[in-house]
Amino acid sequence: MSERITSDDVAHVARLARLELTADQVETFTLQLGDVLEHARDVEGLDLADVEPTTHPYPLVNVLRPDDATETLSSAEALAAAPSAEDGRFRVPTILGEAP
Amino acid sequence: MKDPSVPDPTLPTALEIAASVRAGERSARQVLDDVLGAIDATESEIHAFNLVDTEGARAAADEIDRRVAAGEDPGPLAGVPVAIKDNLCTRGTATTCSSRILDGWIPPYDATVVRLLAQSGAVSVGKTNLDEFAMGSSTENSAFGATRNPRDTSKVPGGSSGGSAAAVAAGFAPLALGSDTGGSIRQPASLCGVVGVKPTYGLVSRYGLIAFASSLDQVGPLATNVADAAALLEVIAGHDPADATSIPQSAPSLLGELDRGVDGLRVGLVTELMGEGISADVATRVREAADALAAAGAEVEEVSVPAVTYALSAYYLIAPAEASSNLARFDGVRYGLRIDAETTNEMMVATRTAGFGDEVKRRIMLGTYALSAGYYDAFYGKAQKVRTLICRDFAAAYERFDVLLSPTSPSTAFALGEIADPLTMYLNDICTIPTNLAGHPAMSVPFGSGADSMPVGVQVMAPALGEATMFRVGAALETAARTAL
Repeated sequence: MSERITSDDVAHVARLARLELTADQVETFTLQLGDVLEHARDVEGLDLADVEPTTHPYPLVNVLRPDDATETLSSAEALAAAPSAEDGRFRVPTILGEAP
Repeated sequence: MKDPSVPDPTLPTALEIAASVRAGERSARQVLDDVLGAIDATESEIHAFNLVDTEGARAAADEIDRRVAAGEDPGPLAGVPVAIKDNLCTRGTATTCSSRILDGWIPPYDATVVRLLAQSGAVSVGKTNLDEFAMGSSTENSAFGATRNPRDTSKVPGGSSGGSAAAVAAGFAPLALGSDTGGSIRQPASLCGVVGVKPTYGLVSRYGLIAFASSLDQVGPLATNVADAAALLEVIAGHDPADATSIPQSAPSLLGELDRGVDGLRVGLVTELMGEGISADVATRVREAADALAAAGAEVEEVSVPAVTYALSAYYLIAPAEASSNLARFDGVRYGLRIDAETTNEMMVATRTAGFGDEVKRRIMLGTYALSAGYYDAFYGKAQKVRTLICRDFAAAYERFDVLLSPTSPSTAFALGEIADPLTMYLNDICTIPTNLAGHPAMSVPFGSGADSMPVGVQVMAPALGEATMFRVGAALETAARTAL
């Protein structure tokens, strides 16, 4: 595995995860995440070259259903919990700088 | 303080309640008013619930009584009060995951297990507290305050289903639903002295369970005793077309298995889960449990399952990776909290930063890192291979044994605030995580108490869909625990 996680890594990952961390949090998380990742190094001694990964406890195949129309949530129900909605759609602030 | 491993004998079991309500000997309303009285008396100390739905529960109980009076049978759990973990969707009733990001959200649909409970005649009393998004082992990570252990309110109830375990232990409801991703049903059951069951992955529908780690999450029962847990699992198990990971077969029959005994069953005591990191008093109780099974006719031997020692490492890469993806949906667009900002990206960052607690942020960060470019093979890919080794070692053990035995938790309940370091907290899950990675069933059964007089739980593990045998062993342990004490 790689070097111990740095505060720059933590700040970068926070941006990817859409989280804003204070300087104190970056410092704390760098130590805490580093400890967990260090603990995970115990698998380094294992020979895993010929081991297939397990993504799921059971062999999964596509699960299909008949293509029948059934009752589902109405548009009004689906939008009822939205912080902002308009004309049957979710409303969000500006994206990519176009006019609101 | 009463003996922590034996339920209060003055309280009726779920099966006793259902039998008497169906027979018209006891009203569902009276049963409900009794538990509401218990909640009134001590919930302010325990904080098991995020929400007690007094009005809704009374209406449901009255409807059960009306149906009994009309000669109808309301179902196998008629009039039984049930507490529901607050990460299961309840139509029209707030569902928060104990997170500010979902504070005030009202789901537009019921989880399948919630619907099945209502159809069985059970009466939902409310939504129980949890570690935010089920991430934790103490129920201290709730945005709405910690839950306390009813056996000793200076101690944690375990987690993440700490509210459900505390509700059952405190007599607030004889049954509760929890969810278990790395031990979140079994560990709090152990710490609170109740029975907790993680079923086989896919046996119980997860439709309406708010996802944490999708290859691991499973819904299951908590109860004061093994028979009640079996009755609840019979109700919630079975195929659900709304959950693509649901196993296409009908619910197992469990209640008929409980009296079959353990004569001739092969029981393996897992060596790797009995040594380092396990409190001596807990290990002693588990050895006594193994001896009790041997005395009841089981063949008991130690067995090595070497790869389980790597389970924690694999789990704390796989579960956060899946969580980082699952929790991407909380972005202030479709439901829950929104913190307004100039642009959508700024709004999402502000919302998630304000809405998630520190432990959830830590796991999202860990998962995002483990999945990020350049690290995927080193972390996530390797963890998935370790998962394969764990499955292989279990398969080898189950060629020789019907069930495996271990502690549920390495220690009895610890004090609130005692564990501040995340990695130390994660070590609470070393005995429970392996079965989640393998997708197998496991249950915790109270078996005596530790040096501090707090309950000890013994974990019974079984191969996939081995619930019937697992419950036989659980019932035998329960009998032995009550006889010995």
